[in-house]
Amino acid sequence: MTETIDRHEYDVVVIGAGGAGIRAAIEASAQGARTALVCKSLFGKAHTVMAEGGIAAALRNVWKEDSWEVHFRDTMRGGKLLNNWRMAQLHAQEAPDRVLELEEWGALFDRTEDGLILQRDFGGHRYARLAHVGDRTGLEMIRTLQNHAVHKGIDVHMECTIRRLLTDGDAVTGCTGYWRGTGQLVAFGAKAIVLATGGFGKAWKITSNSWEYTGDGIAMALDAGADLIDMEMTQFHPTGMVWPPSVRGILVTEGVRGDGGTLVNSLGRRFMFDYIPDFFRKDTALTEDEADRWYTDKANNRRTPDLLPRDEVARAINAEVKAGRGSPHGGVFLDIASRRDADYIRRRLPSMYHQFKELADVDITASAMEVGPTLHYLMGGVRVEADTAATTVPGLFAAGEVAAGMHGANRLGGNSLSDLLVFGRRAGLGAAAHAASQRSWRRPDEAQVALSTREILAPFERPEVGEDPYQLHGLLQRTMQANAGIIRTEDELTRVLADIGKLRARALKVRVSGGRTYNPAWHLALDLLSMLTCAEATALAALRRTESRGGHTRSDFPATDLAWGSKNVVTRRRDGVLVLTDEPIPAPPDDLHRLLGDDAPEQARVEPELVIEAARS
Amino acid sequence: MTEATLRVWRGDRDGGAFEDYTVPTDEGMVVLDVIHKVQELRAPDLAVRWNCKAGKCGSCSAEINGAPRLMCMTRMNTFDPGEPITVSPIKAFPVIKDLVSDVSFNYEKAKTIPAFAARPKEADGTRRMYQEEVERVQEFHKCIECFLCQDVCHVIRDHDENKMAFSGPRYFVRLAALEMHPLDANDRMELIRAKQGLGFCNITKCCTEVCPEHIKITDNAIIPLKERVVTEFYDPLAWAKRRVFGRSGRGLPPAAAPGPSSPHSREPEPPSA
Ligand SMILES: Cc1cc2nc3c(=O)[nH]c(=O)nc-3n(C[C@H](O)[C@H](O)[C@H](O)COP(=O)(O)OP(=O)(O)OC[C@H]3O[C@@H](n4cnc5c(N)ncnc54)[C@H](O)[C@@H]3O)c2cc1C
Ligand code: SF4
Ligand code: SF4
Ligand code: FES
Repeated sequence: MTETIDRHEYDVVVIGAGGAGIRAAIEASAQGARTALVCKSLFGKAHTVMAEGGIAAALRNVWKEDSWEVHFRDTMRGGKLLNNWRMAQLHAQEAPDRVLELEEWGALFDRTEDGLILQRDFGGHRYARLAHVGDRTGLEMIRTLQNHAVHKGIDVHMECTIRRLLTDGDAVTGCTGYWRGTGQLVAFGAKAIVLATGGFGKAWKITSNSWEYTGDGIAMALDAGADLIDMEMTQFHPTGMVWPPSVRGILVTEGVRGDGGTLVNSLGRRFMFDYIPDFFRKDTALTEDEADRWYTDKANNRRTPDLLPRDEVARAINAEVKAGRGSPHGGVFLDIASRRDADYIRRRLPSMYHQFKELADVDITASAMEVGPTLHYLMGGVRVEADTAATTVPGLFAAGEVAAGMHGANRLGGNSLSDLLVFGRRAGLGAAAHAASQRSWRRPDEAQVALSTREILAPFERPEVGEDPYQLHGLLQRTMQANAGIIRTEDELTRVLADIGKLRARALKVRVSGGRTYNPAWHLALDLLSMLTCAEATALAALRRTESRGGHTRSDFPATDLAWGSKNVVTRRRDGVLVLTDEPIPAPPDDLHRLLGDDAPEQARVEPELVIEAARS
Repeated sequence: MTEATLRVWRGDRDGGAFEDYTVPTDEGMVVLDVIHKVQELRAPDLAVRWNCKAGKCGSCSAEINGAPRLMCMTRMNTFDPGEPITVSPIKAFPVIKDLVSDVSFNYEKAKTIPAFAARPKEADGTRRMYQEEVERVQEFHKCIECFLCQDVCHVIRDHDENKMAFSGPRYFVRLAALEMHPLDANDRMELIRAKQGLGFCNITKCCTEVCPEHIKITDNAIIPLKERVVTEFYDPLAWAKRRVFGRSGRGLPPAAAPGPSSPHSREPEPPSA
């Protein structure tokens, strides 16, 4: 059968149209590159649209004491010092300009009394730092970028899934995929490619992520020869909905706690006071009175432990539930109703109010919510160079959640949206510069195009009776949820790898019925392969890191190990198999190191007792 | 275990029909969950769009028992047990397959709206705006582009021939957001008057009724826009002022009546209003 392939050529192809992708496309196009923006969903529907709480930037509108230095320190400490220091520095320095640029392009953030951008409190940030629009900040951000991009001569290709990067053995030359609406195959020739495809949360059962999060970009980068780092670092957001079952995992913004909500167990105790790790003790209120005073007087009080970094809070909730002090449906309570008046709650958290009312019959101004951890974000991903967002493959760039290094072992809330803008822009600059240095397109290798075509069409061409993609996806989610969750062990991770091996064999026997027009079973059959690759990388990296740190907790290695504090786990595909190594993380220069605090070399510790207790019960 | 039966439209550009699917259901399910169950258990190739499952992305628009709704925000327990539930694609746009329609009309219209252009910064380098003045525009920025308002608007729902000259309520909301933006310095009045088809709208308010974000599309966006068109173009004093002080100084002479009038026009349109 000869298959006709729709062909296009661009200087820069950006894969992914969330905050990072759109910002990259805007920049590449501004540099004069002929730019395409490709995405799996409709334009404006990427994950970024769901972001709620805000975007972190030391604008100093609410607290003059804030500065990029403090933001840098908070980010590094929150990331348990595993971060790429240069990324954390650029991010803290450039985030304010990127936020103001959004305002220049029409975004309307909530205001302070004197007419500036208002900032709210979030976990791990010393000062109220998150610019926001109620609890729908991501919508404001993506729509602003989308409306701005529309007039910049960028070709937007929606509902187009990219499956493979083409290389000439060294540099990227393009990519291949298919139009979801028609099933028609497509090949893009490109001088440079920016990956902005996000994470792979859909490999877990309980997640805040949408169907798009299947790790295609990570899998494609790996296949093209790029390095991945920190794949074991997965963030479980402490507060997802737990009831009813059909909404389990949907996010409850940290803004609820930022605006005064507290976590409470079934005994009515504000249990976070029992889980303050030494590393954060100096910055954290030890009594309820001090915690409550902190919301209005930050100069003389320390932060409430409800707003410890996410990894700490998620582990604490996990431990409370396992100890039998959870809520009726296996979470804990998040109470803002008894702490703030109804008008305030509806004004500050309109979409949370709406979400609980419509989906759970709960009025959050009158009663507490039930919440529990949900897989939310991937700190790991494609290794990039801080200044240019270049990956280890020439011509391939990556920004946003798909890229790694910026957040280390744990991301602070609000630091993703700012990351998208800072490094989306830098990736656009990097890609445009690379494209300009190439005299012409290198002809795509037709053998690779043919291979990709066969892979994409395979699910239609297998024997009549085959495997069912929905069932296999369910099995992957089950094993990842059970064995690669908040607390991990060698036994469990080994089981995941065995399960993945079996599932991959079965995934290669998936047979889909129906035609190529908008066929979700076919789409899932292909996305499943990316998820399996990413899940394998995560399980292997998690086995390798024999310590507990940030988003990675091992009950068989509950202590934080100083030696691991300066190493990334690196994953590569070599001769078809995944190969892992540990590589040293460059230390920050002295002036930046001093910002981290006296106890920094001590490293950010996970409390071993807490891990053991949670695993035992 | 409880069960539910959905009557789902299956088909493509060449036509189709409703098919019944009965699947097991769980507490708290929304229509989108049941559609996913149907995919998993009965019809793996059933086409549907979705992303957030929480009413935030505007992907899962459909007509449920004939009413334009978000599938992810329509709880199954709002229907009587045993009541048939039909789910069909939004009708104002051509169907691609099953519950997925081709909404590119909307993306084309978006391109016709000139971008936001910020006025210069203040002397201290800031752009001050106050909560009261941004709030009115923030209402419009809540739009999740579900296109349910476009779907329900009679001007285009059964009248493809009007689509060229009419942008629809979603874009009136966008235009209002730009026009009322405290910092915007662009002038779009002539465009609104002549090209966006505001004159077709006869304020039936159907769009407002279906908006899942509860944006008061007619009262807060369309009517004020219509009033601006009237004052800017048909009030000689305002027109003269505008020529002198206009938003960007590009004043236009009073012109003839805007656009053709709606096929279902119930009220006289702006020029004579
Ligand atoms: C519910 C929720 C709330 C959040 N709240 C906040 C918050 O308040 N503050 C904050 O800082 N962060 C928040 N986050 C995190 C943040 O929103 C995400 O990390 C961020 O939006 C990711 O942006 P991105 O540009 O990397 O990718 P996304 O916005 O996820 O976009 C990915 C893009 O890649 C495309 N894509 C993927 N695979 C392919 C393929 N194979 N071919 C073509 N295109 C492809 C998709 O279609 C999409 O366009 C939240 C996340 C969630 C889920
Ligand atoms: S009020 Fe106007 S725009 Fe809205 S549905 Fe009616 S005619 Fe259409
Ligand atoms: S205005 Fe309302 S109904 Fe129309 S597209 Fe926006 S959110 Fe949907
Ligand atoms: S899936 Fe996002 S609005 Fe329904």
